[in-house]
Amino acid sequence: MPKPKIPGLFTGLRITFGELMKTLFPKGRGIKGLIPAPTIGAVTVQYPHESETPAPRSRGVIALKEENCTVCMLCSRSCPDWCIYIEGHKTKAPPRRPGGKERTVSALDRFDIDYALCMYCGICVEVCPFDALFWSPEYEYSEPRLADLLHDMDRLAEWMETVPDFEDYEAGSAAKVRKVPR
Amino acid sequence: MSLAVDLSYWQQSTIRGLAVLIFVILGAGTFVIAFLFKMMSYMQSRLGPMEAGPHGSLQLLAEVGKFLQKEDITPENADPHLFRAAPFIVLASTFLLVVVVPFGPDAYFTNLDTGIFLALGLSSVSVIGVLIAGWASANKYSLIGGLRAAGQLIAYELPMVLAVVGVVIQSGTLNLQGIVAAQHEGEIFGWGGIGNPYILTQLVGFFVFLIATQAELTQPPFDMPVAESEIVTGYITEYTGIRFLLFFIGEFATAAVFAVLASTLFLGGWSVPFVDLDDNVMNIAGPLILFTKMMLVGFLIFWVRFTFPRFREDQLQAFAWKYLIPISLVNIFFTMILKVAF
Repeated sequence: MPKPKIPGLFTGLRITFGELMKTLFPKGRGIKGLIPAPTIGAVTVQYPHESETPAPRSRGVIALKEENCTVCMLCSRSCPDWCIYIEGHKTKAPPRRPGGKERTVSALDRFDIDYALCMYCGICVEVCPFDALFWSPEYEYSEPRLADLLHDMDRLAEWMETVPDFEDYEAGSAAKVRKVPR
Repeated sequence: MSLAVDLSYWQQSTIRGLAVLIFVILGAGTFVIAFLFKMMSYMQSRLGPMEAGPHGSLQLLAEVGKFLQKEDITPENADPHLFRAAPFIVLASTFLLVVVVPFGPDAYFTNLDTGIFLALGLSSVSVIGVLIAGWASANKYSLIGGLRAAGQLIAYELPMVLAVVGVVIQSGTLNLQGIVAAQHEGEIFGWGGIGNPYILTQLVGFFVFLIATQAELTQPPFDMPVAESEIVTGYITEYTGIRFLLFFIGEFATAAVFAVLASTLFLGGWSVPFVDLDDNVMNIAGPLILFTKMMLVGFLIFWVRFTFPRFREDQLQAFAWKYLIPISLVNIFFTMILKVAF
């Protein structure tokens, strides 16, 4: 026997009423279930009083692993907003093996990201070939002054502590999960 | 039964005026807090206002304070006198509607022989206010909104009147106290156990009345006149500050008054079964009973409001003229037959 079709109008009313009951009385049946507890039933997170758990891979702020940066400028050039400022110089580093030649390496003088301009596209993180930029889920860094949104090298390096480990790929994936340099 | 103190006419009038004011503010306030702020949020799994007072119960005061602070702007091209008067005309019709409602055997403002007739007449006055607001704003959105509102209010006035006619035929009186008494002492096909709240015998009329109420209030799903995605907010577009607040109060106070009218006409008004109609207690219990019934009807109205999306303009008109009016005419016809038969 086919199920009798309920008109959509009544289905709509049932759904809104069901949601009302679910929000008001989330504790189910029994005496306890009769006490309205909307703060438990609603999905709302009351932000300043309780903090929200960011979704996995959420883009909060960009962290910099200073030692990995080679001043290649790829991130700065690929930034659509031109909000990354990099300055560096060449220095000499000791040879890898004893008796070898002195190496020439690049050192960072300045690495600033202006979060007043950043649009969180993540191209800089994608494009970095040396694992120097990472997404962190931290989001509480608003400032009363616009200029304070410019995070310098030290500030960006501090965010590194908040970077979570990369999640596992799907089962059967040939690629290995990258490690976050700690 | 008479009151122990004798009040002169102006004293009585002052008390009545204050009582109407209190009813309007309380009715609108309760509906906004209980339904617009809280019930709507819970139906969407939100919490609604939570900061002002416990569970946001004082949010409405904050909102009113905000609107009172705002600048009262009259647009340059607007017709200034009509523009400023329009919200008061809308609110006046609400205030006058309260006057006919009985709250107890002796607790009423006026006991007119043709109370429900006056109520239905007065509810049409708000159309004029809305039209004036739309026209005087000198804004195309306001004008379209005002015209839509006028067309809608006139279209849904008819099924509302026809739904009430069924009640009037059954009770045999236009007096609202008489209608309450008729429901209290009525019999359903010879059985008079709980009286006869007309929702039982006039179920069709009750639903037609509720749908027409929804449309009269220009609430979703009948909010074409204030459809924000097409015409900003219709006839309220140019209003700011206290005049916007007046429209806002008017909308919810009218919702409260129509809920009270619906409970008087269909749910037995201030009376309850098994309690004598002339009992002196009813003067105090009556308003509370009526308030409970008002909240029940209000719940139905706002439940529908928060559930359904907006009708298209042609669907809206077709629904009134092609369905509601014929249904209520058939309802009247059968009521007449049964009235004569029993």
